[in-house]
Amino acid sequence: MSNLAIETVGLTYSFGPQIVVKNLSMQVPKGSIYGFLGPNGAGKTTTIKILLNLLKSPSDQVFIFGKEINSNRISSLKRMGALVEQPAIYGHLTGKENLINRCILLGINKSKCAETLAIVGLTYAADKKAGQYSLGMKQRLGIALALLSDPELLLLDEPTNGLDPNGIIEIRNLMVDLATKHNKTILVSSHLLAEIERTATHVGIINKGELLFQGTITELHNLSKPTIKIEADNQQKATEILVKNGIEVVQSDENSLNVTFQNKEEMGKLNTLLVHNNVTVFSIGVERKDLESLFLDITSKN
Amino acid sequence: MRSFFVSLNSEFYKSRKTLAFWSAILLPLVICLLMSWGFISQAPKLANNSAQILWFRYFTAIFGVMGILLLPVLVIYNTYAVTNMEYKGDTWKSLFSLPLPKLSIYASKYVYIVFLTFITMLLFAVFIILTGHGIQLIKSELKFGEYNPNQILFRSFSKLFLSSIGIISIQFLMNLMWNDFLKPFGIGFLFTIMGIITANVGWKYVDYLPYAYPNLAVRNIMQTKGDFNKMLIFDQPIYNSLIYGIIVFIIGYFMLAKKTIK
Repeated sequence: MSNLAIETVGLTYSFGPQIVVKNLSMQVPKGSIYGFLGPNGAGKTTTIKILLNLLKSPSDQVFIFGKEINSNRISSLKRMGALVEQPAIYGHLTGKENLINRCILLGINKSKCAETLAIVGLTYAADKKAGQYSLGMKQRLGIALALLSDPELLLLDEPTNGLDPNGIIEIRNLMVDLATKHNKTILVSSHLLAEIERTATHVGIINKGELLFQGTITELHNLSKPTIKIEADNQQKATEILVKNGIEVVQSDENSLNVTFQNKEEMGKLNTLLVHNNVTVFSIGVERKDLESLFLDITSKN
Repeated sequence: MRSFFVSLNSEFYKSRKTLAFWSAILLPLVICLLMSWGFISQAPKLANNSAQILWFRYFTAIFGVMGILLLPVLVIYNTYAVTNMEYKGDTWKSLFSLPLPKLSIYASKYVYIVFLTFITMLLFAVFIILTGHGIQLIKSELKFGEYNPNQILFRSFSKLFLSSIGIISIQFLMNLMWNDFLKPFGIGFLFTIMGIITANVGWKYVDYLPYAYPNLAVRNIMQTKGDFNKMLIFDQPIYNSLIYGIIVFIIGYFMLAKKTIK
């Protein structure tokens, strides 16, 4: 039995002549929080709509819990809850009525509404018309609608859009809770890596419809090769000494220089070499690119 | 089947606070009250009429207004209002991402619009009977109570209701195609005017124009001149209305099934 909640195999999708998803092979393990990252217009929302069968994929390219989506639409959707783009809500109904309507459609006991409203912190506005909600409140209501049926798989498209910092933290904690305590699988899309790296266990990076990276957060970190950053009293002399001794300088400017990190012993030897050649070393240490720069590097390559 | 009924229940729940729902109830009430006020104020002139003629004059006055213009406009508005709820909240995508067959979602919306139209027609018949008898309570010289119009009223409004089925399907299809008020309303209104003109001039192809069917139904009833036994519920325009309704309903479903939710 497949251990994957979502699997796409060479998924390609186009709107007319414009290809929006190119040969996408995504694998979302069960129980993971999969951060689906990419700049605006990268194809994230289109992919999510394909996963929900809102856009029809070619056959045998999308599998939800191991079942092909087109031939198992209803049984797949029964196991999913989703928030796609801006929340889809009826403005003339109250927040609670929006949830009751969903309960009617899904055959869920209406008592679940109060519980779900409490989870997203909207109990106080339950009887207010949803059309009068702020963007953040609408977003919470959208998440409540997605959570209502207690689905095994949640697809959240930029769920923190419009939320204030407290709201963002609450949603983040909610996602972690759902995945760890309730064993849910969550696919959460975002264009902000910083938001994803705090919660996600797995990451997929998409740009221009192509999946450029897929793996765990640790694997993403490991992509970034560490370097040794050296600050000295005479950068030019230090560079010359290192080059003369066959050491590759990957970056150099008037304030610092970087060479490839191999191990701590090698770093010590570099320090000794510079000091013996009358260069005063102010600082020396391992530097690793943060994920944000890594994300920009990856997405700028295609 | 369960999916269809839950979807239908949801349609009622969503729309119960909207103008479309309340107009289906209030329109017959307001028109009947206005017309009864007119009869009350004209009571001395009408007092010589027999009960059967009184009922005929009373109900055809309402029936004429309704069939010629109000019914098509009400249908055009109701189909717009019921579909626009989904466009307005951008909720098509959430409806279609629920574990419900697309046919249930589509059919429940259609049936709900048909149901709203049916309720309006039924209420027209009920309110005409109630206000007719109410007029006699205020003006006893108008002997509405001496004739029982119930059967003919329900038959006439059934005919009018059936004549609107074709228009409902066409308007529903247009509203699914376009997230717009002007296009379906404009086209629907244009066809309604065309229906009025072609029915009045007796165009030989008028039986093929669904927007003319309510008008043809009214003309058919008017031609009985009070001898309601001459009235047939099912005539060619009614059959055509049902055929249009079914064919366009099927076309609409296939269009919706292929609809891209961008």
